[in-house]
Amino acid sequence: MKPILEVQNIGKKFRIQHLSGGYLSLRERLENAFRFEKSHTEDFWALKDVSFEVQAGESIGIIGRNGAGKSTLLKILSKITRPTNGKIITRGRIASLLEVGTGFHPELTGRENVFFNGSLLGMKRIEIKAKFDEIVDFSGVEKFLDTPLKHYSSGMQLRLAFAVAAFLEPEILIIDEVLAVGDAEFQKKCLGKMEDVSKSGRTILFVSHNMAAVENLCKRGVLMDKGGVVKEGRVSEITSYYQQSFVGAIGTTWNTSKREGVMCFSKISTVLKGSQPDYELEIIFSVVSFDSHKKAFVAFDIGNSMGITIMQAIPQVEPFIHYSDSEQNFVVRIELPPLVPDRYVLSAWLGTHNTETLCWEKEIVSFEILDSPTKGRNFPHSFNNGFIVPVSRIL
Amino acid sequence: MTDSEEHIIDSDHHRFFNGIELWRYRELFYFFAWRDIKIKYKQTMFGFLWAILQPLLMMVIFTLFFGRALNVPSQNIPYPVFVFSGLLVWNMFSTGLANSANSMVNNSTIIKKIYFPRLIIPASSILVALFDFLMAFVLFIPLLIFYQQPLSWRALWCWPLSLALSVIATFGPGCLLAALNVKYRDFRYVIPFVIQVLFFLTPVIYPVSMLNHPFLQYILVLSPMYAAVELFRLPLISAEINSTFLLLSLTSSSLFLLLGIFYFRRTEDFFADFA
Repeated sequence: MKPILEVQNIGKKFRIQHLSGGYLSLRERLENAFRFEKSHTEDFWALKDVSFEVQAGESIGIIGRNGAGKSTLLKILSKITRPTNGKIITRGRIASLLEVGTGFHPELTGRENVFFNGSLLGMKRIEIKAKFDEIVDFSGVEKFLDTPLKHYSSGMQLRLAFAVAAFLEPEILIIDEVLAVGDAEFQKKCLGKMEDVSKSGRTILFVSHNMAAVENLCKRGVLMDKGGVVKEGRVSEITSYYQQSFVGAIGTTWNTSKREGVMCFSKISTVLKGSQPDYELEIIFSVVSFDSHKKAFVAFDIGNSMGITIMQAIPQVEPFIHYSDSEQNFVVRIELPPLVPDRYVLSAWLGTHNTETLCWEKEIVSFEILDSPTKGRNFPHSFNNGFIVPVSRIL
Repeated sequence: MTDSEEHIIDSDHHRFFNGIELWRYRELFYFFAWRDIKIKYKQTMFGFLWAILQPLLMMVIFTLFFGRALNVPSQNIPYPVFVFSGLLVWNMFSTGLANSANSMVNNSTIIKKIYFPRLIIPASSILVALFDFLMAFVLFIPLLIFYQQPLSWRALWCWPLSLALSVIATFGPGCLLAALNVKYRDFRYVIPFVIQVLFFLTPVIYPVSMLNHPFLQYILVLSPMYAAVELFRLPLISAEINSTFLLLSLTSSSLFLLLGIFYFRRTEDFFADFA
């Protein structure tokens, strides 16, 4: 049997125009036309030579860092944008959920929104009518069906939105990280629903940062980086490979010989000191400059294993790194809040102003917290109850 | 699952007009129009009445200034009837054009997330204008009776034809402006201006015969809406219609239609990247 989805050498080029505004104005276009020099554009390949196949009934997880090209790939698969080269052959009805609740309008009632959104997702009117009660049941907002959506809480809106999506019955379902939002209980319900879908023989393409969800839902994984497929295979292999080689092994030093731009990080390592709940993270980093620049400062993002950024540390807002022709070393100490046990990932940013990025290394070194912030706690922690356990006591 | 459903996504440009696909998405087309009509009149006290009140008030104003004060000729029918018949068709065009020209930008969040034939968006926003037209038309009949305006049987084919012509005249420029607007937001400011200019270039509040200079007349009839307005009035007046004028206007609106759809289809693949 032929694969239900064949992706063959897909590439997507974006032309980056260096403009002040977000979009072209006619004046700029005319100016460029009359100027003889080449306008200030730059080609950027968001996807290069991506190929893979999906068999009917298979569920595939696509993982990779931010900017790896996952979203662009999904957009091409959902026909929202066209590839620059290559082709994709599909053999079945595709429905894509790049977002839940697309087209939801605050002035329309819940009922009206279900119909409009369902139709947008490719359902026929009779189909929606037939499933309407089930959809409403699943969402749990039946009391407010005839209330305009603007009076809904964001949680209710999301539940209704997901309920519509959950009742889609395409042969191929493409899901972007729509589950990254919403309350934990409902997330679980949605994941459960999706598991049902994948078990019923539907083909699923799932993109997520949530490794646990990917492992739960998918049998095969495709790892992407810098616009290409790095590795594909059994999902557990792919996720562990990803965590080791991309997130950076625990306690290792990240370094690069890459020399780009005006200045960049050359080496970063972390040391975790102290004990719960007063852990301190020392970040030892080096920067190199290649050209004279204004004074720069740094910021560090710390994310958890779900890919959610939990905090950002900016040790000094006043730029402090001068230009130097030799490598400069710094140490930053972060007083960590009482974090729940997890594997944490560090991203490092370097710039001269909050809008002027010189270097941004994402998810490069990780560290692990194994013990609970609460002494003597022997029951496990769950993200459902948050990421930080504040110090608390009875007075 | 059948292999016959095979579908290919690649970089090639597709056909000029994919009727089969549009037909498959006809329900969505209806849903877009339905949503826009609902939203338009939500939380308004008068609701659908606005569709009637607007042309009515315009008619009163134009009658006072042009009919009474300036004595503009009106092809031997009462000036209010003359101007209302023009406004009916004109409003269909002007709201339709403004709606469709802004439709792609207004729906950009949807465009970036879901695929469907993009032509649905400008097309359905014209349907909203058509709805307003029908509401105002309800008022037009009592107005004819009030002024005891004789009506020829020609109305039976003239009115539907005029309506079809105004949809065509709206759709072409609407698609063109909608596509341009995605790329260059300058057009957001150009659109109201264009509509204003066209209003005075189309014989809505005055008859073409008022202009003595034949050259000026030829320029006026190039307006895509000329044919629709004249045809709509034809059953009211006894005069015969100038077929050269009609043909010129028709040619202009057909050219706009082709250009609009062509440009829209050529650029629609990049809407998601630009919007």
